[in-house]
Formats: sequence, structure tokens, C-alpha cells
Amino acid sequence: MLRLQPRQSPSAFWSWASPILALVLTAVIAGGIFAFMGRPPVLTVYTFLISPLFAPNGIASLAVKAAPLIMMGVGLSLAYRANVWNIGTEGQFTVGAIFAGWLALSLPDAPMWVIFPAEMAFGILGGVLYALIVAWLRTRFNANEILTSLMLAYIAQYLLIYLVTGPLRDPMGFGFPQTALFSDAADGPRLIENTNLHFGILAAPIVAAGAWLMLGHSVLGFQLRVLGQAPRAAKFAGFSENRLVWLAMAISGGLAGLAGMFEVTGTQGQLSTNISPGYGFTAIIVGFLGRLNPAGVVPAGLLLALTYLGGDAAQINLGLSNAITGIFQGILLFCLLGADVLISNRLLWRRRGVAGGRA
Amino acid sequence: MTAPLLQLRGIVKQFPGCLANDHVDLTIGQHQIHALLGENGAGKSTLVKIIYGVMKPDEGEIIWQGQPVVIQNPAHARRLGIGMVFQHLSLFEALTVADNIALGLNDAKDRIGLRERIIDVSKSYGLPVDPDRTVHDLSVGERQRIEIVRCLLQNPKLLIMDEPTSVLTPQEAETLFVTLRRLASEGCSILYISHKLEEVRALCEESTIMRLGKVVAHVKPKEKTARELAGIMISAELKPVADRRPPPETGKVRLSVDKLTLRAPSEFGTALKDISFQVRGGEVLGIAGIAGNGQGELMDALSGEMPAGRPETITLDDVAAGHMGPYQRRKLGGCFVPEERNGHGAVTTMSLAENAFLSAHLRGALVKLGLIDRNKTQDFAEKVIARFDVRTTGSKAMAKSLSGGNLQKFLVGREVMLEPSVLVVSQPTWGVDAGAAAAIHEAVLALAASGAAVVVISQDLDEIFSLADRIAVIAAGHLSEPVKVGEASLEKIGLLMGGVKAEQHHGETSHA
Repeated sequence: MLRLQPRQSPSAFWSWASPILALVLTAVIAGGIFAFMGRPPVLTVYTFLISPLFAPNGIASLAVKAAPLIMMGVGLSLAYRANVWNIGTEGQFTVGAIFAGWLALSLPDAPMWVIFPAEMAFGILGGVLYALIVAWLRTRFNANEILTSLMLAYIAQYLLIYLVTGPLRDPMGFGFPQTALFSDAADGPRLIENTNLHFGILAAPIVAAGAWLMLGHSVLGFQLRVLGQAPRAAKFAGFSENRLVWLAMAISGGLAGLAGMFEVTGTQGQLSTNISPGYGFTAIIVGFLGRLNPAGVVPAGLLLALTYLGGDAAQINLGLSNAITGIFQGILLFCLLGADVLISNRLLWRRRGVAGGRA
Repeated sequence: MTAPLLQLRGIVKQFPGCLANDHVDLTIGQHQIHALLGENGAGKSTLVKIIYGVMKPDEGEIIWQGQPVVIQNPAHARRLGIGMVFQHLSLFEALTVADNIALGLNDAKDRIGLRERIIDVSKSYGLPVDPDRTVHDLSVGERQRIEIVRCLLQNPKLLIMDEPTSVLTPQEAETLFVTLRRLASEGCSILYISHKLEEVRALCEESTIMRLGKVVAHVKPKEKTARELAGIMISAELKPVADRRPPPETGKVRLSVDKLTLRAPSEFGTALKDISFQVRGGEVLGIAGIAGNGQGELMDALSGEMPAGRPETITLDDVAAGHMGPYQRRKLGGCFVPEERNGHGAVTTMSLAENAFLSAHLRGALVKLGLIDRNKTQDFAEKVIARFDVRTTGSKAMAKSLSGGNLQKFLVGREVMLEPSVLVVSQPTWGVDAGAAAAIHEAVLALAASGAAVVVISQDLDEIFSLADRIAVIAAGHLSEPVKVGEASLEKIGLLMGGVKAEQHHGETSHA
């Protein structure tokens, strides 16, 4: 009989081994599902998880998908460490993209050195402002930020749909729900000519490194951690909870807005109804898989980026629906939460019957 | 002579990294009040948990009324006739006494006629308890009686009491002793765990003294002095508290509280009513009182966690600070040690160095350009560890890896090292062993001697009397006029502590 026994102190080993175990379990379960569907399980899992890396431009595509995930995952790590449960990064991502896109459309002739930094600022501003609605609702009315941020994410989605089908629709676009293309200057610099390796791919690891430094070494990071681990102690030390909630929302929202800006300028070149395949929600998984540690978020972001590529690969090569991306992500989060039990418990094997006493 | 009620032979319990019980023998006779003495971490709680079936020993045997038994769980212990009154009472405040007792019973059928039986038991043992009162209206002493009645309803042969008087007034404690003596004479043995040596000498016939997991002596407490008992308990002789300097009459007023009135922060909190006092540099003001009479609220108001609104309400070194939060009050020279260590005074999941940073970063100048100055922080933590003899593996150890007493030494040390002009400490030695308590007391007195104004909020009257120059009592949110320690008697303070509640007790006794 398997039994769980609480540990004296959390296991550092399992805190990092748990994501790996979760990944292995997820691959096994996904294989089982494929087998059940009458597909060869090993080949399908291989197509899904490994083959995209060896495809032409595989690594570049991975980086493009990982950049927004890492940026948002980093922001969420900081917020979640402070017990600020921002679930609505998808909405902040969208509003950041709208702000930046609107600016790009308004100034089609501006040179890159003017327009690109301005877009970044607008993207951040949009995300921050949208996130601060949540902070205000929590600090003023004690409204639960999980609910408000999630609901605001849907509002942002509909705001985007309204804009691209109404005021911002491309008049020359045959009625498609999308804006005109941004200028080349507004699309920003490329890391390598003629690829879609945009500036955000460089910015994401820089953001992660900065956040790592901030969380572990700065007074602000310390305050966020204390608030999350012992709110009463934060009060004792004189750290204002409201101020930290505002900051945590602003940081996670700002990074989401920046990610949205990079995504629409760097890879899409216009606003449309589908600027995000759920990056904001996937970033939640990235944050937890990365142990709410900016250093861990980088590999976690790469892994979840791979699930997007894998979905496409499975669709193209095997004729499977790319809904398996969502299924895979869901199983992964499920297994991770399960495996995390091992951080504070050890698994024991005991024969039935003697569980009660010791000889 | 009949067989002893309970015998433990060679009990061993090993925890990772610590041998909590090392071949412990204990014999409790029939009708006996038996004391279990020892410092924190001596292994008393582990032993008691083994007797009550919460834990199983790794080795050794338990002989109950002449029969070897393996106690499976607390329910089994209760069926055998072992009852336990815990130090921290576990009652639902919003329910009545009878409901609370009903919830603790093993079988639903026991609930039939429960109200009448509660009244019976409470009458026959002189434990006035009204089954229809709601718990949150009751004093701690009354709440403890509920737990005792709950145990007695199961006709125990052995009653374990874990530091029962730490929450009682002297008068309430005296009443409890009468009850316990009566219980013993009627055939229920009592295992009495306490730090308070005078109490043990007055009450207990036999005692078992533990140190570092081992039994070091079986003695008759009445034949020893309290100092001798303490000596056996902590091996080193207790240093007497430093000679008191004459209390300053003319020092500058460093902390002044003027007509502090605050609403209760929650339904079960206590409102503060018109509290005024002044503390001069070099002086220690002791604030006595039974738990839950506004100490927590007063502490929060003084530290700034609950700002007082009107700035003039609280003055720190002549600066009106009533409206300020903890951060600004620290800037003015205030330092604070809250009652609760875990999660309030310390973040248990962080290292000692980080915990040092928590409240010391401002006055200790541990911040450099918005970043934590690791070296300075670590130095500061290590200085606290060294000066206050904190037993730990170092400044990188997690706060929760320390025993309660050691963590408390660290937390008091952290604030004292900052050389505050005003120090407010709440329950400085709650759950702390005698050696650590002496070290904390010494540090507090030394700080006062260096010119700081000190406020000690404590339920432990011995502590108040040995530290304070003046004593005030908080009861139901009111603070009595402080009196000089020489003019205060234990009885007088005790009566003030009972305050309004004394009349209620009286009314209830006649009713029951």
C-alpha cells in the first residue's frame, strides 16, 4: 500500500525534480491517450515533443513562442510570490498590444528609433493600467483578484474584437477583422535579417535576469516574498500590503503588456482578433513549472512554447487537431500539482495490515 | 500497595536529527499528582504525546494498570481512561459550552442528557461552567474549565495537564489547584506539566525531571527549593536577575500614550478604552493582564500596525506618532517584539539573516542602493546569534528550524541590538525555557539601564515583578493606573487582572 508521510522540511530536490517527473508522466499519459485514439503512441509523442526542434527554423520558432511566455511567466512569478493571484495576464497582454498597435497605426511615418521605444512604453502602459484596475478593486473593495483579473481578460478580448472590426479596421482590408499592417519601422529591429526573431526574444531573458536579481537581492523583492509567506510579518516590518499589491499587479501587468507589444509588432505586424493562442493563460503554467523563480521560468517557457509547435506539427504531420496543445498543457499542470505533493511528503511503501504499529 | 497506574519503561523516540526521548522511565501512582519538569526541548511534549497516543514510541513499553498496552490513538487513550487538557485550548468561539463539549465526544449516544451531566460534573468538582454560555464571552480560565469538564465526563483515571496555569490569574490558579487536589483524592491521578516551580512545589507529590530527552531525576518537589529544582532542570545554576538600579524618577519621557481609544479590529477583538501612560528613559513599565484583554491590540497600536489616528495619541521622543505606521515609528527609535513569533515577528520559512533584515534593515542600515547588503545583514544576524547565545547552525538556518526559545532570543536580540529609544515587547518569554528567559530578561534590563524606555506586556506575573519598575494591568481594554513595583502586591494585581470578570465568576458560582 502506498502511503504519504509528511516531511520534516520541504525537499529541495523534489522542488526541482517534480517538474521533470510531471513532464515524464505527462508524456506517458499523452501516449496513452494517443494509443486509445488508435495512433502509435511513441511516434505521436515524438512528433509532438521532439520533432519540432529539428524542423527548419525549429529553434527560431521556439524562441518566438517562448518570448511572451517567459516575459509573462516572470511577471506572474513575482506576483504569485506575493500572494497576488493575477490570472488575467491574457487581458493585460491584449491591452498592451492594443496600446502599441494604436500608436503604430497613428504614426505610420515615424522613424524606428522614435516609434519602437514609444511602442514599448505604450505596451507597458496599457498592461499596467489594465492591471491596476484589478489592484484598485482589491485594495479598495477587497475584491478577489482571481475573479476580477479573469473577468477583465474577457473584456479585453471583446474590446480588441470591437476595435479591429470597428474603429481600427483596415479600410482596404476587404472587411477582414484586422487593422492595416504596421510600418516596417513600427515592427522593430530583427535580431537576424529576414527572420521573425524580434527584439522581444532578447528582452525576455534580460527581463528574467533582472527579475531574478530583484526577487532575491532587492528590498522590493524581499518585501514581495515576505508578503507572500507571512503577511502579518510584512505588516510588522511596516511593508504596506496595498502598495505591494499595486506594485505586483503593475509589474505583472506591465510585462504582459510588453509581451503583447512585442507579439503584435514583432510577429504579426497588425492587430487582429487572434493575437494570442492563450499565451496569458499558458504563462500561469510556465510560472508554476518554473517554481515561481525567474531562473526556472526560462526553461519552463521554452517547454511550453514547444507544446505550441508540437500542436502544429501533430496537425500537419499526423492530421491531429491542434487542440492537443491545450490537452497536453492541462495534463502537464495536473501532473505538476500532483507531483508537488512530494515536496512536502515522502512516499512510503508499506504492506497492508502493519500500517498501524511497529514491531 | 496497589500496582501503579501508569508505568513507562525505556521509552525511546527518535526524530530526524534529535533523540527526543532517550530511555525514559516514568511511574505514576494511584491518586498521585505527578509533575513533569524540564526546559523547552527536554522531551516533555513528546513523552506526553506518546502517553496520549498521538505518537508511538520507537522502543519501550507502556504498562497501564499492570497490563502492557500499545496506545493506538487519542481515542484509544480516552477509552483507557487517559484525558488531556492542552495548553492551547481548542474551542469554537461562536458555539456554546455544551456544543463544544458535544463535539469532543467519541460517540453520538454520549450526547444524550449531556447538559445535565455537565452541570453534575461541574457541581461535584467545583468547576462552575454554564453549558448555555457562548465561548467567546468566557475568560481563559473559564474556557480551561470547559476542557477539564470535557475530560472529566469520560471518567478518566489519568488527567494530563499541559502548562495549565500559564493563562490564569493567581486566584484562578488557586481555584484550579483545589479542583486538582480534590480529583486526586477521588482517585484520578494527574500528570502536571509546568515551568512554574513554586506551583509544582505547592501541588505535586512526585516529580520527574527531564533534560535533553533523558530523565535526570525523580524527586519529591516539596523537599527541594525552587532554585534547586531549576538547577536540576537546566544543569547550570541560575544566575540571579541583575541587581536593580533604583528606578529613575526624573528621566525624560520617551514614550507617552494619551487617551488611546481604538475600536475592536474584529468581532472577537477587544476595544482599547482611553489608555494613557508615560514611560521615562531607563524605566520598565510592566503591563499585566490575562490573555485576550486587549494586549494584542495595544501592541499593534504601539507598533503602528494599527495606527491610532490622532497623531498626539502616541508620542515617541516628543514626536507625535499616532498616525504613523511601523516603518516611520522605527525611524523615530521604536522597536517592537510581538507576542507571536511564527509568521508575525519572524517569517519561519526564511533564514535568520533574512529575518534579521526584516525589521533591522532601516536602523541597522542594511540596504545599499535598494539592494540587500548581504554581508552586513549576515554580520548583523551573526552578532545577534553570538551575543544572545542562539543555538543554531548559523545565520543561514531557517527560522523554523530553531526551537521556540532560541527563536525568541533571536527576535528579542534583533531589536535590542538596534539600541532603540523605546522598546515594546509582548510576552518576551512565552514558552521559553528558564535559561533563555534569564538571558532575555537580562537583555531587556540592560537596554533600560542604557536609557531606553521599555514596555513589557506579559501574562507572567513573576516576569512582570522581576522586570518592571511600575506595573499597570490591562483588563477588558482598560489600563489601570501604573503603580510602583514596591507598592504592588501579587494579590492586588491579581484582583485587577480579574477586573470586571471577578463579579461574573461570582454570579455564575451561585447560579451553578
